[in-house]
Amino acid sequence: MKLLVCVSKTPDTTTKISFTENDTNFNTQGVQFIMNPYDEWYALVRALELKEKLGSGTVTIINVGPADNDTVIRKGLAIGADDAVRIDANPTSSHFVAKQIAEYAKAQSYDIVFLGKETIDYNGAEVGSVMAEMLDAPFISFATHLEVNGNTATINREVEGGTEVLEVDTPFLISAAKGMAEQRIPNMRGIMMAKRKPLNVVPAVDSSDLVSVTKYELPSGKTDCKYVDPENMEELVSLLHNEAKVI
Amino acid sequence: MAVLVYASNAEGKLKKSAFEAVTYGKKAASILGCDVHAIVLGAADDAGKLGEFGASKVFQLNDANLSNFDSQTHANVVAQVADKIGATLVVCAHDSFGKSLVGRLAVRLNAGTVSGANSLPSMDNGFSVTKNVFSGKAVATYHVSSEKRVVSVMGNTFPPEAVGSAVQPESIDVTIPANRVRVKEVKTVKGTVPLPEAELVVSAGRGVKDPGNWGIIQELADTLAATTACSRPVADMGWRPHHEHVGQTGVAIRPNLYIAIGISGAIQHLAGVNQSKTIVVINKDPEAPFFKAADYGIVGDLFDVVPKLTAAIKKHQSS
Ligand SMILES: Cc1cc2nc3c(=O)[nH]c(=O)nc-3n(C[C@H](O)[C@H](O)[C@H](O)COP(=O)(O)OP(=O)(O)OC[C@H]3O[C@@H](n4cnc5c(N)ncnc54)[C@H](O)[C@@H]3O)c2cc1C
Repeated sequence: MKLLVCVSKTPDTTTKISFTENDTNFNTQGVQFIMNPYDEWYALVRALELKEKLGSGTVTIINVGPADNDTVIRKGLAIGADDAVRIDANPTSSHFVAKQIAEYAKAQSYDIVFLGKETIDYNGAEVGSVMAEMLDAPFISFATHLEVNGNTATINREVEGGTEVLEVDTPFLISAAKGMAEQRIPNMRGIMMAKRKPLNVVPAVDSSDLVSVTKYELPSGKTDCKYVDPENMEELVSLLHNEAKVI
Repeated sequence: MAVLVYASNAEGKLKKSAFEAVTYGKKAASILGCDVHAIVLGAADDAGKLGEFGASKVFQLNDANLSNFDSQTHANVVAQVADKIGATLVVCAHDSFGKSLVGRLAVRLNAGTVSGANSLPSMDNGFSVTKNVFSGKAVATYHVSSEKRVVSVMGNTFPPEAVGSAVQPESIDVTIPANRVRVKEVKTVKGTVPLPEAELVVSAGRGVKDPGNWGIIQELADTLAATTACSRPVADMGWRPHHEHVGQTGVAIRPNLYIAIGISGAIQHLAGVNQSKTIVVINKDPEAPFFKAADYGIVGDLFDVVPKLTAAIKKHQSS
């Protein structure tokens, strides 16, 4: 099976967010970048597990971004992907990213394209669904379980208040949520091998953006916390009822 | 010109998020100066109720290919309806269905999209809406330059507002493609409000020390008819199911009330819950970072405080 895993580079989860240029740009100064956790922990690992189980096939990772992203891509290779592709462009929107990957994937006929359920920076969860439409393929989002039998996959998808068990034939796209796999830490051998694995840089195709961020702000913080005596829970209940009006 | 709302449904009923989406659609339509229509795909015996929340027309299509959610068939049909009624804005909920429709609709309609919007459109300078970014650590204003737009609306942000009366759902002439995703089984958790839709959430962290201690958390939640949640380590250790894990790498929620018990308030946890309207923190450590994000704080031992809180709520409920 030919498996493709889309990976994104996001700020580390401990990042304190700030902005520059009159709050129109995210301040990357001093920010540590990581592979988007959903891509790394669940999408990539499940793709590797499938390949191992089948005893054949390839796992390729793909990223749209500038040369700085190579460290994140190499980490994916160290975890076990066979090769990588970087589409050399600044990822300006989810539509742009999806268009680049879809164009590349079209010519390669992958059996399954994996993504994380969303990125932890722009939280759009859009790339998969844009790509799926461009590739005219089924897309199963928020998957927590995937088994493949021949050309048919059985997938659990998380929905509000439950789980759907689905079947779909390859080729398809899938976005992975928690539960799909267990995080793998790259070992020394993996890191050494990653240096020699192919990382192909390909040029971007033209794509125009229909959306742009015009302003960032920090959410309005809480005013001071009101402390309630632990012996007086009646007071808390009264505050929740009369002041906050939530119960 | 019109606004089209995709109303999510499950098990023969509209989801709560459908009423939030139509409320948003109605308000957006008055900003744009047009009508709002709704589309329901598959069974929902309460589809006409969308009229009460502002839909002047409700289209409903019942077809075997639409009865289960396949983003491809649903997007195809919604795009046809949008074209027919001349929609310049398509609205859906930012729920498990809506999230996977937005991108497909963008391609079909050549529309700019904003996923997880938390404001109504502003028309000051073209079309803009805001949404949370960096998992709730910041808010961004998105400008959409295309003539058509697709917006998914963050849950628990636009409470349903009744403004009219029910309408009779009608059919609309579209071509329905064959479904490629086969739903074999739907396993539902009965009796509790799903976490993303919950207005009251009781959440606990490593402070509960042992899964055997969950009973006092559950009793508080049951007393309030609240949904339970937990911090990441609690789910990772298998004390609670993964779908209860809230935070930057779990579910992002915005209930009216979030009670955090024995949770330190790490930045990754706060990212997923800091937009809750009221936050109560119960922690024995007065220095716990969570107190900085709290409206009400109780410094105390949870094993002592939680049963007292449950008792006080019961007393309040019976008075
Ligand atoms: C990449 C990454 C992503 C992450 N994503 C998430 C995420 O999405 N969600 C998330 O929650 N975490 C996430 N984390 C983990 C996060 O950093 C914290 O480790 C975690 O939130 C801590 O969980 P906790 O508050 O339950 O436990 P702890 O930090 O151990 O806190 C336990 C708290 O309980 C209090 N306590 C103990 N006993 C009692 C008692 N008897 N009475 C009252 N209070 C008591 C303590 O004072 C303490 O404040 C992530 C971490 C990383 C690295």
